[in-house]
Amino acid sequence: MSNGMRDKTGRCTMTARAMWKGAICFADVRVPVKFFAAVASQDVHFRLLHAKDRVPVKQAMVKPDSGDIVPYAEARRAFVTDERDWVVLNDADLQAVEPEESRDVEILEFLPPRVIDHRWYLRPYYLGPDGADKAYAALIAALDESGQEGLARWTMRKQEYIGALRLHGGYPVLVSLRHAGEVISVEELEAPGGRELDKREIDMAKQLIGMLEAPFEPADYRNEHRARILDLIETKRRGGKAKIIPFKRPKPTQDLSKALEASLKQERKSA
Amino acid sequence: MPRKHHHREAAESRRPGLRPFWSGIIAFGLVSLPVSLYVATRSNKVSLRMVDADGEPLARRYFCPNEERPLEADEIVRGYEVEKDQFVVVGNDELDAIAPPKSQEIDLRRFVPAGDIDPMYFERAYFLAPDKGATKPYRLLAKSMEDTGRAGIATCVIRGKEYLIAILSSHGILRAEILRFADELRTPDDIGLPELAKPDAAAVKKIEKAIKAGSRKTLDIDKMADAHAQRLLKRVDEKLKAGEDVIHEPAYAEVEDDEAQEGTEPVDLMAVLKASLEQGGDGARASKRKAAGPRPGGRSRKADRSRDELYQQAQKMDIPGRSKMTRDELARAIRRH
Repeated sequence: MSNGMRDKTGRCTMTARAMWKGAICFADVRVPVKFFAAVASQDVHFRLLHAKDRVPVKQAMVKPDSGDIVPYAEARRAFVTDERDWVVLNDADLQAVEPEESRDVEILEFLPPRVIDHRWYLRPYYLGPDGADKAYAALIAALDESGQEGLARWTMRKQEYIGALRLHGGYPVLVSLRHAGEVISVEELEAPGGRELDKREIDMAKQLIGMLEAPFEPADYRNEHRARILDLIETKRRGGKAKIIPFKRPKPTQDLSKALEASLKQERKSA
Repeated sequence: MPRKHHHREAAESRRPGLRPFWSGIIAFGLVSLPVSLYVATRSNKVSLRMVDADGEPLARRYFCPNEERPLEADEIVRGYEVEKDQFVVVGNDELDAIAPPKSQEIDLRRFVPAGDIDPMYFERAYFLAPDKGATKPYRLLAKSMEDTGRAGIATCVIRGKEYLIAILSSHGILRAEILRFADELRTPDDIGLPELAKPDAAAVKKIEKAIKAGSRKTLDIDKMADAHAQRLLKRVDEKLKAGEDVIHEPAYAEVEDDEAQEGTEPVDLMAVLKASLEQGGDGARASKRKAAGPRPGGRSRKADRSRDELYQQAQKMDIPGRSKMTRDELARAIRRH
């Protein structure tokens, strides 16, 4: 929300606006909800410019031989088969396969927590109440009590989604998911093999992991490079230059035992 | 045509799945482990090309609205808008050059219980493959992390952008999963979600009962199918059979198009991954051209079930030893069951 008020850290301070409205449905349960984006990217946003005149570029469809621009409305889409046949799809074809509009967020089944692995996850949305406050609170209490997560399906702005319905911070969240076949499972791959590992080296590695152990505190990690980029922009705006830090790629470790021993020694010292 | 040749080369280097997302160093204490990151997800979206009214392929290009002409890649720069229509131009090399060298490594200074990371933080996953000569430290780290159930956490600047990364280990394979920074994930407070009303005990019981009735033990992957893609492919098949709006090998079929690259998979991702894991780094080059498998959206795809899908079914059928089976072994075991 670029038009929202921002505090010093760039966080949006205004109450967020709902991006969509729907209703959680299963059996004879129906709870109307509002969708809110749960992710707010903090990336430094650049635009692509024509170097010569510093004008933001636009995208266009062009004829590759002449470079002539073809208006978007005149362009069609085509599917290319393995046999190099191009099947042109017109507006009627595309409309015919569009999903039906609906406000229903259908819960297909409920599952124990984390059966839907996080590798399926795409984007989380918070669900807020849309009128029926009591039903909304009852849904949260029931989800909490059962400890289950829901597999959901819905159509939002002409796009079909599947999602995971779960609680986060005491409120319902719907995380959109990747579709079947889009996650490559570890079981499909073969792990690197070789001679049996040295037991002493494994012990040392485990010891080192133990010494570096801590709980996961997300707030401990800052995007420091973001601040460096904003500094650079400010410097250049005032006519200054970037401070170049030379980069030399370190060499891979040759003697594993020696490196592990030295690491343990170093950690003990700093502990 | 030399120009066309140049374009084809450019398209080659952009092919997804072929090049690692990143190659660099994992630092574990004083151990330096060179690795490459390969995507662990693939898009099954049906990729469509743009054509004009006569079915002639078009290219999506950037153009300058002032000069009204398409631009070449070397005519385009990145700018940050400091005031309306006022840009500070920043080069890609500058974004890397301002990062201290240590920030451009995955320096594992902290290990956390792997189950402690709230799944909401995960954004996307990469497989780690050891680079040449790094197989032993790779296996050592994978084994120690898996045995202790720990995940390593670090930040790393990759191509001018800082990422929060969790290194996870399972089945002897390391994964790098990009996490969201804490300030990128809003809290219910940020959204302004209201305090909860006191629910009706009877209403809660009723919903709980409905949840219980709809409960299953395992995820039904079939329910996660991309229904829109399936309908679109069906429509394509119908038109193909009827010979309606079908053009065979139009001229300029090799035209570059940034958009068309997304979602397509000209290389066999699995072959690249397998080779990189087995051979420690040199594998990616060995299997450059696609080895097997139709392109996504190809008509023969429906018949093939991935190992993932077969595994899910084997899980449901409780077939013993399933986690160690290959795709074909799983298919056989399911048939025999």
